[in-house]
Amino acid sequence: MELNGAQIVIQSLKDEGVEYIFGYPGGAVLHLYDAIFQQDDVKHILVRHEQGATHAADGYARATGKPGVVLVTSGPGATNAVTGIATAYMDSIPMVIISGQVPLPVIGSDAFQEVDMVGITRPCVKHNFLVKDITKLAETMKKAFYVATTGRPGPVVVDIPKDITDPRIKIPYKYPKKVTIRSYNPAVTGHKGQIKKAVDLLLTAQKPIIYSGGGVILGEASKELTEFAQLLDFPITNTLMGLGAYPATDKQFVGMLGMHGTYEANMAMHESDVIIAIGARFDDRVTGKLDQFCPHAQIIHIDVDPASISKTVKVAIPIVGEVKPVLEQMLEMIRESKKKPSKKALDSWWKQINQWRALKCMEYDRNSRLIKPQYVIEQLYEVTKGEAYITSDVGQHQMWAAQYYPFDKPRHWINSGGLGTMGFGLPAAIGVKLAFPDSDVACVTGDGSIQMCIQELSTALQYNAPVKIINLNNSYLGMVRQWQEFTYESRYSHSYMDTIPDFVKLTEAYGHVGMRIDKPEDVRPALEEAFAMKDRTVFLDILTDRTENVYPMIEAGKAHNDMTLRVADGTSTDRELA
Amino acid sequence: MRHIISILIENESGALSRVAGLFSARGYNIESLTVAPTEDPSLSRMTLVTRGSDDIIEQITKQLNKLIDVVKLIDLADAVHIERELMMVKIRTTEQTREEIRGMADIFRGKIIDVTPTTYVVEMTGPSSKLDAFIAAIDGDTIIEVVRSGPTGISRGEKGLHL
Ligand SMILES: Cc1cc2nc3c(=O)[nH]c(=O)nc-3n(C[C@H](O)[C@H](O)[C@H](O)COP(=O)(O)OP(=O)(O)OC[C@H]3O[C@@H](n4cnc5c(N)ncnc54)[C@H](O)[C@@H]3O)c2cc1C
Ligand SMILES: Cc1ncc(C[n+]2csc(CCOP(=O)(O)OP(=O)(O)O)c2C)c(N)n1
Ligand SMILES: [Mg+2]
Repeated sequence: MELNGAQIVIQSLKDEGVEYIFGYPGGAVLHLYDAIFQQDDVKHILVRHEQGATHAADGYARATGKPGVVLVTSGPGATNAVTGIATAYMDSIPMVIISGQVPLPVIGSDAFQEVDMVGITRPCVKHNFLVKDITKLAETMKKAFYVATTGRPGPVVVDIPKDITDPRIKIPYKYPKKVTIRSYNPAVTGHKGQIKKAVDLLLTAQKPIIYSGGGVILGEASKELTEFAQLLDFPITNTLMGLGAYPATDKQFVGMLGMHGTYEANMAMHESDVIIAIGARFDDRVTGKLDQFCPHAQIIHIDVDPASISKTVKVAIPIVGEVKPVLEQMLEMIRESKKKPSKKALDSWWKQINQWRALKCMEYDRNSRLIKPQYVIEQLYEVTKGEAYITSDVGQHQMWAAQYYPFDKPRHWINSGGLGTMGFGLPAAIGVKLAFPDSDVACVTGDGSIQMCIQELSTALQYNAPVKIINLNNSYLGMVRQWQEFTYESRYSHSYMDTIPDFVKLTEAYGHVGMRIDKPEDVRPALEEAFAMKDRTVFLDILTDRTENVYPMIEAGKAHNDMTLRVADGTSTDRELA
Repeated sequence: MRHIISILIENESGALSRVAGLFSARGYNIESLTVAPTEDPSLSRMTLVTRGSDDIIEQITKQLNKLIDVVKLIDLADAVHIERELMMVKIRTTEQTREEIRGMADIFRGKIIDVTPTTYVVEMTGPSSKLDAFIAAIDGDTIIEVVRSGPTGISRGEKGLHL
């Protein structure tokens, strides 16, 4: 088969089984768009801003586990994509981003719409390529998918100069079945001796805890994790990125840990004697003050990326490998072992944990005459029977969604954790809805965040991706306001916008349904009505209690046993209950 | 502590900037960096001198290994090794000082490789400390220019860094 460069790119996407490309055209990619026009296998979704393309592809990838694909033009198209590339990079999401580049002979001459895309993205991609030779094009595409999806996943940029896709230059096409890269051999199985040591330690633990994260979801190991936790009867906590990896409604789940984690999760971490970290990376939002992090614990850490291990917290037993095979090996060893976890020790550990639980750190004022954001999320959970895909933006609403919507399945909670990118939620929801048209998809957002990619409402209409937007409208950049209340004596510097648009009219202008809700009793019916409109995008603008804060909270520089909790009258208190 | 890390890296445009970019982005210190192609034209060899606690050096080697273009690396400081650096020094001379500079170059096993009526260029190789000592031994006011390659290194014995 003889193909030109543009056809090679599109054909290689077909050969990779790519369903959707999220993109936006421009001069440097016109040949590619012409090739897209002449086929129907790979569907192109025209977004309204390149940032939207990256987040939509990212949402698609998080929900399906398949790599997300983006196509942007050179210069401003490429730079607009950078925020989304960095977002995917921080959360280890597999993506392939194809960017147009000016023709090879003019690279370096400050040509029209020239930017050094390889240079700009170098620190926020897993790898990137500049294609300089059409005979290497197919192989480079194969390598890009291979690198993006194996080991610790991540975004890969393929920058393609316009002359490489020239329709007049055709070469024989063959897509490689397999590629190897001599310098890239990610670990799969873990070291057997280390795994054995870890199992021995686990079976002698008195106050163990499982701390698992996004790596379990990325590595498709929820089933193994669930078996592992239940076989041992250990308490388990998840990071923000790991929610759904273990069923949140199960009694062994003690909630999220970290800055806005539960009291019981953080106390259990603090008091534990053995921690097994599984596909989690000891982020600073999780550890709090490092020198007081888990002072009594010996730590086992399973991670496919050696650089995640002992980066911020020294661990006793590192295991480099993928979660799934390593947990399988552990399960086998535990089942065969004569040693069993001490029932007596675990009973008293669970007794202690249940005492912490009894504090009910997530309670809030249920009698308020204002709409409490937590209540909205609880109602969202009930109306969707806990089965929806929930994307979110960044801020207080994100934390409430994480805290009050118990996820039982992986890949249903889709948010930007590492970069914390406002504007992520709506385009991500569109990507998810395209992947799962028969499932409910809701975007929990805030009045600030939604305005960062609101133009994608137009994309949702064009491609019939009816999502529900749950705007927890507090007329504040609430998360910023909360920090200002706590640490700047309530000097609310620029965390308030007094010209928030009429979201109902705005939504209607985009061709969707908009509703404003300002009474608690209207929340449930409005949600029911919205989800009943299966084929419409609905924007619920919900006016919530403006002063509500996210609790519990570990304030900056504090330790796990030094949390700020809500007290009955709605104010907060510093409580030290070590 | 000082470490000397020797890296085999794909001989591709941009590979060097991945390494340099990693060091600046993560705030690691680079004392010196040398690169040149190897006997295998598809590979370059890079020698990098850095300083840091054991934890930082561990992260540096892990992060370097994570770069797709990095094929292999060793920390030469982990074992007995030889280090050499090349230096050229341009020195202003007078009738009276020529003899003395030649003598000094001899003691340090340097060679004079360029001569003009008013200058010498002295070439010297050795461990960095020897080159430092030579600079300290001659009158600083007479030095016009110093170029140093930065150290390169190789381990002693049978072992080697290759594919
Ligand atoms: C406003 C805000 C508040 C936040 N508050 C909190 C909070 O209270 N609590 C909290 O937990 N987070 C919080 N975060 C998120 C936080 O910033 C981090 O993104 C998050 O903690 C990281 O999760 P993780 O450790 O699971 O790592 P991830 O970023 O999900 O990384 C996954 C790890 O698993 C490894 N891995 C990947 N695939 C595999 C595999 N197949 N096998 C083995 N290992 C694999 C990777 O190498 C990596 O080390 C907050 C974020 C925001 C924006
Ligand atoms: C692109 C971007 N800019 C700035 C921030 C910093 N930031 C984090 S949360 C937040 C406020 C978000 O406000 P809103 O979307 O209304 O959510 P709320 O906290 O009120 O629920 C800001 C500005 C960010 N995370 N992302
Ligand atoms: Mg807000």
